Amino acid sequence: MQYSQKVMDHFMNPRNVGEIENPDGIGTCGNPVCGDLMTFHIKVEPHSDDLNAARISQIRFKTFGCGAAIAVASMASEMAQGKTLSEVIQMSRDDVANSLDGLPPIKMHCSNIGVQAIQEAIKDYLKRIGRQDLAVKVKGCPKESH
Amino acid sequence: MAREEKCIYLDNNATTPTDPRVLDAMLPYFHTMPGNPSSIHAAGRKARQAVDSARGRVSALLGCRSDEIYFTSGGTESDNIAIKGTCFAQEERKKIITSSIEHHAVLTVCEYMQKFGYELVKVPVDRHGIVDLDFLNRAVDDHTLLVSIMHANNETGTIEPIQKIIEITRRHGAIFHTDAVQTVGKIPIDTNALMVDMLSLSGHKFYGPKGIGALYVRRGIRFDPLAHGGHHERSKRAGTENVPGIIGLGEACAIALNEMTAEELRLKALRDRLWQSIWEKIPKVSLNGHPTERLSGTLNFSVEYVEGESMLLKLDLEGICASSGSACTSGSLEASHVLVAMGIPHALAHGSLRFSLGRFNTEKDTDAVINVLPGIVEKLREISPLYQR
Ligand SMILES: Cc1ncc(COP(=O)(O)O)c(C=O)c1O
Ligand code: FES
Repeated sequence: MQYSQKVMDHFMNPRNVGEIENPDGIGTCGNPVCGDLMTFHIKVEPHSDDLNAARISQIRFKTFGCGAAIAVASMASEMAQGKTLSEVIQMSRDDVANSLDGLPPIKMHCSNIGVQAIQEAIKDYLKRIGRQDLAVKVKGCPKESH
Repeated sequence: MAREEKCIYLDNNATTPTDPRVLDAMLPYFHTMPGNPSSIHAAGRKARQAVDSARGRVSALLGCRSDEIYFTSGGTESDNIAIKGTCFAQEERKKIITSSIEHHAVLTVCEYMQKFGYELVKVPVDRHGIVDLDFLNRAVDDHTLLVSIMHANNETGTIEPIQKIIEITRRHGAIFHTDAVQTVGKIPIDTNALMVDMLSLSGHKFYGPKGIGALYVRRGIRFDPLAHGGHHERSKRAGTENVPGIIGLGEACAIALNEMTAEELRLKALRDRLWQSIWEKIPKVSLNGHPTERLSGTLNFSVEYVEGESMLLKLDLEGICASSGSACTSGSLEASHVLVAMGIPHALAHGSLRFSLGRFNTEKDTDAVINVLPGIVEKLREISPLYQR
C-alpha cells in the first residue's frame, strides 16, 4: 500500500494538533470499522447562529489512528479553518481525500470520521448557543460510533 | 538506493533474507545444471541426485527418513495438503480440531472443509497464547480425524506444548499435524521422538528461498494428493520439481542444523536486551506472548494510546522494517485474530508492534530501534486523544 506525498507530508507534519482552552465546540467520532478515534476542538467567530456568517476561527485535533487518519484530520482542519459553518458542513470525505491527492481504497473510511468529527463539533457549538433545532440538522457521527 | 542501503530488516517472521550460502548452492541449478530430475540422461541424473541429497538434508534436520519428506511450494501448500489430503483419503471420521491462533493457511483451510461436512472445533488459548489442553482433551474423540495445531505462533512467537498435545491426540487415534513454519531451522525438532504425524515447513522463514517448502508425513499416514499428474514426489505432488528451490531448502536445513543452537542463544540475548531498553524508555508498554516459551527472535508488545500503522510508517521512514497486529494494517481492517484470541483488549491490539530478529541482525540494528522508537511514541502520543500526560 502506498500513500501519496501529501498524505505523508500531513502525517509527518500534522497541522493544528492539540486542544483549545474554552472551546466553542468539541466533536468526537470513533471509527466503527477499525476502532480509531478523532477529536476536534473549534472556536467560532462571530458567535452567531447564522451558519453563513459564523466562521471557524480556530481548530485543533487529536487522532488515535492510522497514517491516513492522522493526515485526514490534519487536512480537514486546514480546509475548515476560516470557513463558514455552512461551508464546513458541506465538506465531504471525498473533498478531503482529493485534497490529499487520494487515499488507498481500503483507507477511504478513515476520511469519514474526519468530516464527521468536525460536524460533531459544529453540532456541539449550535447546542451550546441554544440552537438544538439547527444542531439536529447537521449529520455528524453515526450514533453507534461515539 | 540510499533508502534501501539503510534498511534495517526486523521482520524475519514475515520472511528472511536468503543466506548467501544458500544462494551460491542454488545458482548452478538455474543454468549450468539444467536437468529435469525425471530425465534419464546425465543432466537429469545429476538433478535427481541433487534433489535426493537435499531431501536427505531436510530429513536430517527433522530426524526422519528421507522418504517421509514431500517437497511443496511452501508453508501454505503443505498446510493445504496436510488438511485436505487427510480428509480426502478417508470417509469415517468427520471432525477437525485446530486452534484459534493458527495462521490463515490452516484456519481458512479448516473452515473450508466445513463445506464438505466436517465439524470444526477451535481450541482457545490463554493470555500467553498457549492452547487450552483441558479444552482439547474434552474436544478430541473417536470421530476426530485430524488435530492441527501450530508449533509456534508467527505473531507472538509463543511455542505450543506439542508433546502434550500429541499425547492427547493419540489416545483417540486422530492424526496430528503441526504447522512448524516458524520453528523449523530455529529450534530442534525430532519428528520421531515427538511422534508427530505431519509437519509443514517453509524455506523462506529460515534463510532459504521463497516458494519452496516441504511436508513431512510419517510412514503409514494416508493422504490424497491435491495436484494430480505425473509421478513426482511418489505421486503425491505432481509437477516438475523446483530444483533450485529444493537445493536451496536443503542447504538452508544443513546450515540450520549446524548453527541453530548458538544462534538461538545469540538472538535471545539480542531480543531481551531490546525489550529491556524499550521497557525502560517507554512508559506503558506490555509484552504479548509467553514470557519464556517463545521463539528467541520474536518480540511482540503493545504501546498504549497509539496505533500500530502510524508507528510502522514512522519506523519505515527511519529505515526500520517491522510489523503490527493493528486493524489498520490488516486487509480486513480487523485486529490480529491471534492477539484477540489471547484476550488482549482491542485498543492494545491496535498498538501492537512486532520486531522479529534473525541471522543477519546485530546490536547495531536493535540500537537503531532503541534510538528512534521512544521519540516516535512520544510524538504519536501527543496527537492521541486517549493520552493524558
Ligand atoms: C505459521 C505460518 N504458517 C504458514 C505460513 C505460510 O507459509 P508460505 O509463505 O511459505 O506459504 C506462514 C508465513 O507466511 C506462517 O508464519
Ligand atoms: S484509522 Fe484504522 S485504517 Fe485508518
